[in-house]
Amino acid sequence: MDRVIAVRTAPDVIEARREGRSLAEALGFGETDRAVIATAISELARNIVQYAGSGEIVLEDIAGPKTGLRIRANDHGPGIEDLKLAMRDGWSSGGGLGMGLPGTRRLMDDFEIESAPGAGTRITVTRWLR
Amino acid sequence: MNARRVQVLQVGDTLIASIQTSLDDLDLGRFAEELLQRLGGRGLRHVVIDLGGLDVVDSYAVRVLRQLSTAARLRGARTLVAGIRPPLALALVQLGLALEVETALDLDDALEQLGATG
Repeated sequence: MDRVIAVRTAPDVIEARREGRSLAEALGFGETDRAVIATAISELARNIVQYAGSGEIVLEDIAGPKTGLRIRANDHGPGIEDLKLAMRDGWSSGGGLGMGLPGTRRLMDDFEIESAPGAGTRITVTRWLR
Repeated sequence: MNARRVQVLQVGDTLIASIQTSLDDLDLGRFAEELLQRLGGRGLRHVVIDLGGLDVVDSYAVRVLRQLSTAARLRGARTLVAGIRPPLALALVQLGLALEVETALDLDDALEQLGATG
């Protein structure tokens, strides 16, 4: 069953991380994977707080031939104007660290993003148990 | 902010800031503010930030640490970040973000590196 965490303020980000860690542990992910998952949730949830104002993090455990943890970050915020720009890795450029999307993609195995101005943002990432 | 979550103390010319538990962005921001204020004091040569209690070191934490390190340097002080636990260190590497601040294994290691007397 999905766990849904409403995200609006900074403490909600911590709550989402904790839930993520706890689900990851229940699924059998090791310490590093749990840290990776918590970090990805942190980046995604922060974006909701900073750019959308409010949204939700949905945690889903995937059982089957492969076990995995899926995180959906959904918001009805302004949406991302330039998706290509947001996905470009600008961390080395020394400026602001932006939305951390390339980093989040690096952390997780699967990464999908849907966003458009006025249409909110939906990001789905998955980490599979090795 | 709950005093038990962060401890900041000055020992001689060294400021030691210790984070005991997970901090949200607001608390981390306030923590940075407090450190910046302490940098205004005289006679500070070293800053050690012990992250032992943090549950996650993400891009916001990295940004805060970089800023603190730069501000400290402008005030003639050297910063060491200590106590990034192995799972968090590995996650940070996977995130692909360089800390760009000197690090130490833990508080003891940091003080040793700084040549401060324990």
